[in-house]
Formats: sequence, structure tokens, C-alpha cells
Amino acid sequence: MCNQSVGLIQRAVEAAGISTISITLDESITKRVKPSRALSVPYRFGYPLGEPNNPELQHAIISEALALLVDERLPPILKSSRQHHILADNK
Amino acid sequence: MFKLDNLYRFFMRAYPVKSYGGIPPNTPLHKALSRCRVALITTAGLHLQEQMPYNDRIIGGDCSYREIPNTIETQVLALGHRSKAFDASGTESDINLVFPLDRFRELESEGKIGSLNDRHFSFMGSITKPKPLITKTSPEVGQMLKADDVDVAFLTPV
Repeated sequence: MCNQSVGLIQRAVEAAGISTISITLDESITKRVKPSRALSVPYRFGYPLGEPNNPELQHAIISEALALLVDERLPPILKSSRQHHILADNK
Repeated sequence: MFKLDNLYRFFMRAYPVKSYGGIPPNTPLHKALSRCRVALITTAGLHLQEQMPYNDRIIGGDCSYREIPNTIETQVLALGHRSKAFDASGTESDINLVFPLDRFRELESEGKIGSLNDRHFSFMGSITKPKPLITKTSPEVGQMLKADDVDVAFLTPV
């Protein structure tokens, strides 16, 4: 239920007047909750930033997510990550 | 683990998540990220050792939150989220996997974001009855971050 919770928190924080961006591991949930902006990543639950102890990959994901803050389309914006770093045990 | 992940996704598709229509709350960003104050929010159920753990006996889930000081050493954070739906070994090895505070510290030192807020927030994500989350605890966190002059919130699930 984590991806639902993130979307609900995000809606409330955005409504308080703060620009928000989230990572989602489950697009089907995020499409229903409709937070303002979300980056969908191809990793399993528990791994939203891809891989532990891999700062380069984590930065790439964060950078992609932050770029959505200046996307001029009207929310909800849901983008699939460009990361194709499919990890051995993380498909 | 791959099979377990797929099973959980199958279950989630059948779960009665409320669908929202229309345009969601929208606060466009009107300044450069290099001038923005940023806060992190995770649903990984993180807490400090001295904070009360989340209560996994609350039916429908614990909608409370914990304040995480920006000065915290990330290694000392405890992972309160215990779910059979995900493998916690990655987070135990590197908390940045779900709460990328060290990555954002690097962005701050490189000048790519303006500053990190003095506090961040964690919730416990396993919530099946989210009404208190929607009506009380999430708006509270939103108001606190607004009072802190935060411009951007970055949210991560597990």
C-alpha cells in the first residue's frame, strides 16, 4: 500500500503550497491516486532508488525525477524512467 | 523474490484503491532548483532509535509520522517497515535506497539545490484505511513544511 500512501501524502503536501515529485514502483496504483508528478521506475518493491550503494544510479533517478518539477504539462504527470539498469535480482 | 513481487502486484490490482478524477492539487515551481529548499518524505517507516516505533497493531495501518532531523547520520535510522511484500535487505545495506538524504546532501554541496530543510518526514506505508492520513497527518506535514518555507518535497515509497 506504500505507493498509494505516497500519492495521498503527496496530494496533501502539494495542496499546502509545495511543489512535489514522487517515485512510484506501481504505476497502476499511481494512475488511480493521481498525484501531481511521479516518476515510474522499473524496480521491485523496496528498491525505489534502484540499487543499494550505487550513488551514480541513485543520482540518475533523482535527476530524472527533479526534471519533472519543471515539466510544463498540466498534472497529473506520470513518466516512465529512462533507466534500463536491470539488476540481476531486481527485475 | 521476483515471484513474491509479482504476486504482490497482482494483489494490488485487485485492491480497492480509490480513484481520483480531475486535476490534482498543483503547485507549479516558479524558481530554479538551485534556489529551492527541499524536504524528503518516505513511507519506509523510518524512525530514530529514541522515537516511538510505529504501531503495527492498528487496524487499517498506523497513519502517524516521525520527524527526521536533517543532521541525522543516515546509518542510525531504524527501518520500521516490516512487510512480507518487499525485501528489506537492500535498505539495511543502504538507507539511501529509500531515503536518499546523502544523495541530496551531495546535490546541496554541488549547488544543484538551494538547501535541505532542517527536518524531513517518514510515514509507515502499509495503510489500508487511509482516512486519517488524508484528513489529518498528511495535511499536518504539509503545513509544517510550508511553515519551514520548503519549496520542493521529494517522496519515496518502498
